[in-house]
Amino acid sequence: MYRMRRWVVRHSRAFEMIYRRFEPVLVKLAPVWRRLGHDRVEAPMRIVEKAAKGALFDCQMCGQCILSATGMSCPMNCPKTLRNGPCGGVRANGHCEVKPDMMCVWVDAWEGSRRMKQDDHIHAVQLPVDHRLKGSSSWLRVVRQQDGTSSSTANRETTR
Amino acid sequence: MKFDDEPVPGYSLPILPGHVSPGRLERVLRAGKFAITSEIDPPDSADPAEVLKRAAIFDGYVDAINATDGSGANCHMSSAGVCSLLTRVGYATIMQISCRDRNRIAIQGEILGGAAMGACNLLCLTGDGVQAGDHPQAKPVFDLDSMSLLQIARNMRDAHRFESGRRIETPPRIFLGAAENPFVPPLDWRPHRLAKKVAAGAQFIQTQYCFDIERLRDFMLKVNDLGLLEGPDRVFILPGIGPLASARSARWIRENVPGVHIPDAVINRLEGAENQKEEGKRLCMDLLHAIREIPGVSGAHIMAYRQEHSVAEIIETTGVLEGRVPWYPGRDDPKALNPESPGALPLT
Ligand code: SF4
Repeated sequence: MYRMRRWVVRHSRAFEMIYRRFEPVLVKLAPVWRRLGHDRVEAPMRIVEKAAKGALFDCQMCGQCILSATGMSCPMNCPKTLRNGPCGGVRANGHCEVKPDMMCVWVDAWEGSRRMKQDDHIHAVQLPVDHRLKGSSSWLRVVRQQDGTSSSTANRETTR
Repeated sequence: MKFDDEPVPGYSLPILPGHVSPGRLERVLRAGKFAITSEIDPPDSADPAEVLKRAAIFDGYVDAINATDGSGANCHMSSAGVCSLLTRVGYATIMQISCRDRNRIAIQGEILGGAAMGACNLLCLTGDGVQAGDHPQAKPVFDLDSMSLLQIARNMRDAHRFESGRRIETPPRIFLGAAENPFVPPLDWRPHRLAKKVAAGAQFIQTQYCFDIERLRDFMLKVNDLGLLEGPDRVFILPGIGPLASARSARWIRENVPGVHIPDAVINRLEGAENQKEEGKRLCMDLLHAIREIPGVSGAHIMAYRQEHSVAEIIETTGVLEGRVPWYPGRDDPKALNPESPGALPLT
């Protein structure tokens, strides 16, 4: 799992491309999701999302995915669940203060993000997590947001 | 430096145009003076005298006193408690809030309470992990991170709103601070991370212990390149320094305190000295001199854990205050003296 997630970060550019193709497809299918009913789609969607993202990113299903702003390194794997960057305790070798065997997820994130096309997303200040969304599908959330008038960056404050 | 509208203890100063807080620290910084802050090691006791005694050590040498919030994840008197005792007699405090122990409901309440007491400088921290402290069995909270905490605090002040959107009748008038560690990985991101903190609301920064002037200089250059050191929204940077007691303790700190980077040269210098403690102090003074010369640095934060008495000597010897005497209770009116300071008359 850990190996996989670090491999993904090393190939963040490719995953960014995949995601950028994948998202519009999901959104295009919006009428389908709507017809089936969002509540009914939620459960299977959640299962698929959890399986795919769990395997690739060690995703913790926070329900507000920001992988594109974190170099494809899931910030919920930080023991302090920091979503805006590393703490001040990173070890000299780049490992985590709390879990010395683990590379700091934000050291990985910074590297991953620099390989990505949209490498400036990491500078956007992220809002606090809405804990009510934990366990829900963030894909479906994106669909709903784009389906309406709001943009997919609604959960991201663009203060820069 | 004396302000002609100097406060009655516990009262706030009028807020000058372009300022956000009624405090002395912001005034000193915006006036372009080299500011000194230091921190109190909060007592493991409920004795108010203990707090006042620890503050009196800094009388006349520091512009504001940090009240740490369970630093190193160890349990001590709360930051709000220490601040309330200190502001009562008129000290300028920096209230620390760490995200480790409280959720957003508790934190926002604390910010209002602190501001009401006159604790108008707030340092927003993520906090050390609980594994580092005396209660490793505790549940870490981390509902917010330091960045979202800054953002929430700024909105409380400027938009008069809680995070929920609910209105605050009288907003907290606070000068917002954050911590940065320019000395640990990812080094090339650290200046950008600072920019992110400024975007989130940080107005002053206290750094982790600096023992590597080269890295600090490099960091400051990059921060300057990002345009963060000018204009009305500039950020004031106060690097952290402190005296090391010996080569042995320096090594211990390097191994055991998260995020402290001590180069070998520093340890060798201490090792080679006859009196290591003196050398530690001298090293600290050298660092202070060097830091002062770096363009864009606004002051220094002296963390002299268990060596609080040497802060006066360090500042006196280096002369960084240039004859300025920071305000303290009793400076202008001996009747207002901190009752626990050595100069106070015995109460008979
Ligand atoms: S070192 Fe990195 S992974 Fe560990 S707590 Fe800090 S930011 Fe999170």
